[in-house]
Amino acid sequence: MNRKEAPEKRKPSTRGGSLMRLRGLVRKEFLQIMRDPSSIAIAFLMPVSLLLLFGYGVSLDAKHVPIAIVVESPSRDTAGFTGAFEQSKYFDTEHYDTMRAAKQALRNHRVDGIVRLRSDFAQKLQSGATAPIQVILNGVDANSARLVTGYVEGVWSGWLSDRARQQGRTLEMPVEVEQRIWFNSEVRSRNFLVPGLIAVIMTLIGALLTAMVMAREWERGTMEALMVTPVHIREVILGKLIPYFVMGMGGLALSVLMALYLFEVPLRGSPWVLTAASALFLLVALGMGLLISIAARSQFVAGQTAIIVTFLPAFLLSGFLFDIQSMPVVVQGITHAIAARYYVAILQTVFLAGDVFSVIWPNALALLVMAAFFLGVSRLKARKRLD
Amino acid sequence: MFRPILALMQKEFLALMKDKKSRFTIVIPPIVQLLVFGYAATYDLTYVPLAVYDEDRSAASRELIARFTGSPNFQEVARITRQDQIAPLIDRKEVLVLVHIHPQFSRDLFTGDSGKVQVIVDGRNSNTAMIALGYVRSIVTRFNLEWTETHGGPTPPARLETRAWYNPNLESRWFIVPGIVGLLTLVVTMLVTALSVAREREQGTFDQLLVTPMRPVEILLGKALPGFIIGAGEATVIILLTVFWFQVPLRGDILLLYIGLFLFLMSAIGVGLMISSLSVTQQQGLLGAFMFLVPAIILSGFTTPIANMPTVVQKITLLNPLRYFMVVIRGVFLENAPLHLYLQQFWPMAVIGIVCLALAGWLFRHRIH
Repeated sequence: MNRKEAPEKRKPSTRGGSLMRLRGLVRKEFLQIMRDPSSIAIAFLMPVSLLLLFGYGVSLDAKHVPIAIVVESPSRDTAGFTGAFEQSKYFDTEHYDTMRAAKQALRNHRVDGIVRLRSDFAQKLQSGATAPIQVILNGVDANSARLVTGYVEGVWSGWLSDRARQQGRTLEMPVEVEQRIWFNSEVRSRNFLVPGLIAVIMTLIGALLTAMVMAREWERGTMEALMVTPVHIREVILGKLIPYFVMGMGGLALSVLMALYLFEVPLRGSPWVLTAASALFLLVALGMGLLISIAARSQFVAGQTAIIVTFLPAFLLSGFLFDIQSMPVVVQGITHAIAARYYVAILQTVFLAGDVFSVIWPNALALLVMAAFFLGVSRLKARKRLD
Repeated sequence: MFRPILALMQKEFLALMKDKKSRFTIVIPPIVQLLVFGYAATYDLTYVPLAVYDEDRSAASRELIARFTGSPNFQEVARITRQDQIAPLIDRKEVLVLVHIHPQFSRDLFTGDSGKVQVIVDGRNSNTAMIALGYVRSIVTRFNLEWTETHGGPTPPARLETRAWYNPNLESRWFIVPGIVGLLTLVVTMLVTALSVAREREQGTFDQLLVTPMRPVEILLGKALPGFIIGAGEATVIILLTVFWFQVPLRGDILLLYIGLFLFLMSAIGVGLMISSLSVTQQQGLLGAFMFLVPAIILSGFTTPIANMPTVVQKITLLNPLRYFMVVIRGVFLENAPLHLYLQQFWPMAVIGIVCLALAGWLFRHRIH
């Protein structure tokens, strides 16, 4: 790409002229948006389709886990135990006659686990000795396996206390845990996944909307045409930012409405805090796209960079799925450079806990700093090339 | 036939690698990302900030608390003395778990009633909350067992002996890191293919290519092979890092892994080229890349099991090549799965690849605006 020297320094212009030029630039950008409908698709189609797909598709709540049951010598006691599994909504039971067949099923992914009652189960149970129940799980997906372990324990302890009650006793554990899960008492994973997904989707929208726009002007040579006009670089950047900001906020409003009314995520904080934080985050995301666009110079490299730096970091390092505090210190340091991290913290708090300003302020401040950084550096880099 | 394909391949490599920024973007980030994500992406909690509210202050309550503070998963950050201190600590995310021991705890414990312990968890991320609760429960279960052993009391008539195959310590890293191999391979192939035709269309050089005597098949091969070579090369580096850096066991046949990788690359490149030849501008190509990449990753079973998805979404995942490759990678790395399980994954990837590549080749000529 040939870089031409910019014309001699322009004289500062009057305020009124600046506003008029800005309006012209914004209008031009809107016209361009209308001509290539892909920006409209990015702002509106993308959040709707992704949120629909993920809101319904992504769930960590396992139900109907297929499990093999092997009873080596059936009796009334074993029937009571397997009955508890059959009634559980978490399991789909399948009976196997031999352990060999059950293991084969586990190896072939037909079942996720095996519960085995050995031939001496009933006898040990009656004699008062502790009867072992063998449980084998497919541990490849450790998180699911741990969840299933919890479900198995739930069925087991339910069966124990039912049995004790039938025999006219109560089964007292020395220590009993009474658990309270605040902010999400029914443990709907959708309640935390949907706000997190909004953060991921907004990262994509923000960066995608602007990643190409400056690079496109340079690539097509229209930037040089802009340079010979009295337009100031600040106005060029603002002219790019304003239309996409408006579109991004539209996409955001759509996502929030879907979260509230379609996925029934409660909004316990105020809509104003949500809007302000989202506007701030959108500025960061747009600023990041703009910087990519300015630094990359060609659309090809800008597109590649956008793919690399937006989705996977926002998905894996934002704390939306994986707990940041449990990451190694170095990786925790890296997460501080991911804007979605701050937005996820704000979203999960505003949606589920309410306006907790001691969480909101520090994160909003971090977003403000990042927005200033991206837009400031964009401005500097763009000017350097013009002069 | 080979000369023109080789020439086109050479040109594609130049287009990708000549530009310093593009070369950097394709080579360095995937490897850095494997290292960062490999450490970041784990469900295991190593730091659960804990607050203790002990109203009993007995030897028994202290013993129970010591189990928490001594656990590698918990870190005590606050000890409180009043009920109204609870809410601010949790609201502000200063603690994730609060253990509240009631005043009659030790009295109940010694008289044969159950000693009550209230556990409050911040459920803003309900998955993290459930994992932390799991840790709490296993601490309490062990305490109960040891208490009945030393102080007597009714023992349960049956107990569970749970064992996990393939991943006995249930390390979620063993599950996630092989998954990242699939993720990054997909990202790299998208980087190489999704914008390649779109760029030429936008710049007008694709029309020139079409009027040369090259047949669409040759153009297709010339466009696809660089992605193949780069994708296979980077995947190899990432697999080596997974084995030697993250020390995930590799139990199956490496040949099966590479057959899977070959078919996966074919399908991913097919999708990438199809997106690219559908797009008139690079902006559209980028949008298309994301519209494929994001669902492909989230609906692949990488972090959330496909079995948990509603039936309709499960049907949609059948179109996702990454879904099949995930089974292959994890099968080879952890399970040494039976052969027919791989075959069930191989043929859908082959079908997706062939259909998409054919469509892309057809679109070369038929999508001229």
